Amino acid sequence: MKKIRIGSGAGYAGDRIEPAMELIQKGNLDYIIFECLAERTIALAQQEKMKNPDMGYNHLLKYRMDKVLSLCVENNVTLITNMGAANPLAAAKIVKNIAEEKGIHDLKIAAVIGDDVYPNIEKYSECSIIETGVPLKDVKSSIISANAYIGISGIVTALKEGADIVITGRVSDPSLVVAPLQHEFGWQDTDYELLGKGTAAGHLLECAAQVTGGYFADPGYKDVPDLWNVGYPIAEVQGNGDFFLTKLEDSGGMVTAATVKEQVVYEIHDPTRYLTPDVIADFSQIEVIEKVTNQVHITGVSGKEKSGLYKTSIGYVDGYIVEAEISYGGSGCLERSRQAEEVVRHRLSQANIEIQEMRIDHIGSNSLYGSSISEPLYDRERLSEVRLRVAARTADKGAADVIGQEVEALYTNGPAGGGGVRVNVQEVVSIASILIPSEEITIEVTYEEVGKIETQASHSL
Amino acid sequence: MKLKQVTHSRSGDKGNISNVSVIVYRMEDYEKVKKQVTAEKVKDYFHEIVKGDVVRYELPKIGALNFVMQNALGGGVTKSLTLDRHGKSLSSALMDMEIDMEADVDDSNY
Repeated sequence: MKKIRIGSGAGYAGDRIEPAMELIQKGNLDYIIFECLAERTIALAQQEKMKNPDMGYNHLLKYRMDKVLSLCVENNVTLITNMGAANPLAAAKIVKNIAEEKGIHDLKIAAVIGDDVYPNIEKYSECSIIETGVPLKDVKSSIISANAYIGISGIVTALKEGADIVITGRVSDPSLVVAPLQHEFGWQDTDYELLGKGTAAGHLLECAAQVTGGYFADPGYKDVPDLWNVGYPIAEVQGNGDFFLTKLEDSGGMVTAATVKEQVVYEIHDPTRYLTPDVIADFSQIEVIEKVTNQVHITGVSGKEKSGLYKTSIGYVDGYIVEAEISYGGSGCLERSRQAEEVVRHRLSQANIEIQEMRIDHIGSNSLYGSSISEPLYDRERLSEVRLRVAARTADKGAADVIGQEVEALYTNGPAGGGGVRVNVQEVVSIASILIPSEEITIEVTYEEVGKIETQASHSL
Repeated sequence: MKLKQVTHSRSGDKGNISNVSVIVYRMEDYEKVKKQVTAEKVKDYFHEIVKGDVVRYELPKIGALNFVMQNALGGGVTKSLTLDRHGKSLSSALMDMEIDMEADVDDSNY
């Protein structure tokens, strides 16, 4: 029976590379995916591309490809990644250059494009923003990016046409896994139950170590062996969509029913309707069975017809956020931190600056949960240190700077013994989402080839 | 008893929405936990943090509840002023919630 083994090589933009290298060498993989694009990452990448048209791909693309490209070729592993971010075409050229430097021959690199709808953004100004209900035109002047979460079609085309490396921009994360499964097993676009099962595999792989014991360990409650060496997951999938998750025997971490269950529910809402551009997956009847150590079988997932709409993330500049901190230690530290809060609030009220929102926390006592949850959990008499944190949002940078200066001024003008001031002012890039009909998106695949005469061919879908 | 004695949890974010799971270690505890950890109780527990509705979804075959909390992340990851913009640490807070595992599952007075 044909089985396809897909490994996960990254769960976020800055993830570790060592476990990916191990997987490619020892995992007996057919494919490895690198999921590196959070909701806002692509908007930041668009900003870089605006400054330099050759940039806008994942910062670690060169670093990662330098480490894994030869390993993929030697072990015959096809690599699929969204590291193209705002610029898959430039990313494909980078990979081509690295391949040539390494003396790799006969490599076909695909760039999937079409997710970028920024050039047509005018067309969508009346669309309402999902999060707020207001029309898109309300934020129009400050929009810097618009990318649709596209599905598997571009990746499937690239694989059919023999690509060894597939680089995309914004695609739905699970599609990185569903695409090779559809290609290998000949699933149809209307095989919703199979696409649902494949989506479950993608959902469980896309955060890499989060299903192999990473983000799970809680000493005494949930012990994880050799967390320092946590390995990345492998899904072994059959043509009927059933699969198991595993990891390399000599890596750290673990794959158990519990690690898998936590990741099943991670960042889903209604489990009967997990929406992707390919399918509406139904995880509500999912079953997770640990058959042998570090081998967990997943069944019971199904799927329904997709909505036909692409969720599209609009990035827009939205003022500034300042974060400024100072620490107090020893007995009475919380009282001094609270006095510092009063001092800062008073001075800022007289500063004649416009502050959209401000929040002051005392890290060590209430910064994560507020007082009703936190206060029963700690003994204020025994706090040995507290860090005052002032965070604010402002329309202009000058106001943000003033807030930072007032926290710094606590050195000489505040309570005793304040130390370790850090101030950070950043421009805010916010995300709004709209839905656009899938037929308004044209997905294209472009190739860079090493060791062939023709260097570019284009194929419209 | 703290919820942490019988369940485990992970939280995640989408925009300004946080979701927190509650997963039993032993399937025989599922009905009791379901009875104890209602959407109303979770909303009340997080009242300083969660400003919108809380809806509870069920995944019975893996003994999991999923609490989806609207307007929970201070405006969302991109503009929130909170230290933990993703609400990653909310799962640990929920695990400190007190529950009564001795209560009768069929107690209609609860």
